[in-house]
Amino acid sequence: MTMKDTALRPEAPGPKKRSMAITNLANPSRFLALVNPILPWLAAATALTFALGINQAIFVAPDDYQQGATVKIMFLHVPSAWLGMFCWGLMSIAALGTLIWRHPLADVAGKTAAPIGTAFTFLCLVTGSLWGRPMWGTYWVWDARLTSVLILFLLYLGVIALWRTVEDPSRAARAAAILTLVGAINIPIIKFSVDWWNTLHQPASVFRLGGPSIHPAILVPLAVVALAFTLLFLTLHLAAMRNEILRRRVRTLQLMQAQKAGE
Amino acid sequence: MDLGPHAAFIVTAYAAALVVLGGLIAWVAFDYRAQTHKLAELEALGIKRRSSDRPAPASP
Repeated sequence: MTMKDTALRPEAPGPKKRSMAITNLANPSRFLALVNPILPWLAAATALTFALGINQAIFVAPDDYQQGATVKIMFLHVPSAWLGMFCWGLMSIAALGTLIWRHPLADVAGKTAAPIGTAFTFLCLVTGSLWGRPMWGTYWVWDARLTSVLILFLLYLGVIALWRTVEDPSRAARAAAILTLVGAINIPIIKFSVDWWNTLHQPASVFRLGGPSIHPAILVPLAVVALAFTLLFLTLHLAAMRNEILRRRVRTLQLMQAQKAGE
Repeated sequence: MDLGPHAAFIVTAYAAALVVLGGLIAWVAFDYRAQTHKLAELEALGIKRRSSDRPAPASP
């Protein structure tokens, strides 16, 4: 472990004006100053949207003519799946920030998004199994969609393991960024798996050519719950990034304390 | 509200979401408390970052 903690630098050095502009925009101190007042409002908006969306999903949306009330599981399963993939996409952008610009806030963004993405992907798998058992007669089948989502979940665990096992934070960030970019190949595979292979999982019914195939009475509550999940993700990610910046400050101060004690 | 013959699967799915998302929220909230507490303890011992002695950077 080194004394150097790049996340604490007010401004990372860089000879080019363009990279300085990006650095200034994502300065950790400025990030905290921006996030602290925003978070309570974002949390309130999340709670309100969840209240509205879950109420619509449980009490307003009609049962499906084929699946009956089990369609209510869709309001959890589909947004979890979207967020699981969206989070990996965000981590991939952060990975580019780490590898190209070596920006410390990109490391923070990638590291803190991983556990949140893991949770959403796990929820997608669990709710999918619980939906599959009454509809398909099985909790699990090794078809392309289910398997590729399971691979996404394992990739998330791999990124978390890398962060925890590589001691030097900058090396851990680069290793996790490379794994993230390699894993990004899996996102289009998940999306198009139902088109490329013959799967038990149904084909796309919302984002498809020709528009959604779901009736608006079910589609609107789904959109509201998806918005609630997205707001929750943003709130948790910003809060987790704030925690990580504080954790790095604590570590730097602890090292300074140890250095003082050694003098 | 009638959840039909598969009510147990629906209730379990919503309970799982509550546990997973609730756990995530609790983890982030407790982590924030832990980090701010540690930071306050260290600063009370007189250990401060060099950058905290400097004036805040001017806003763009």
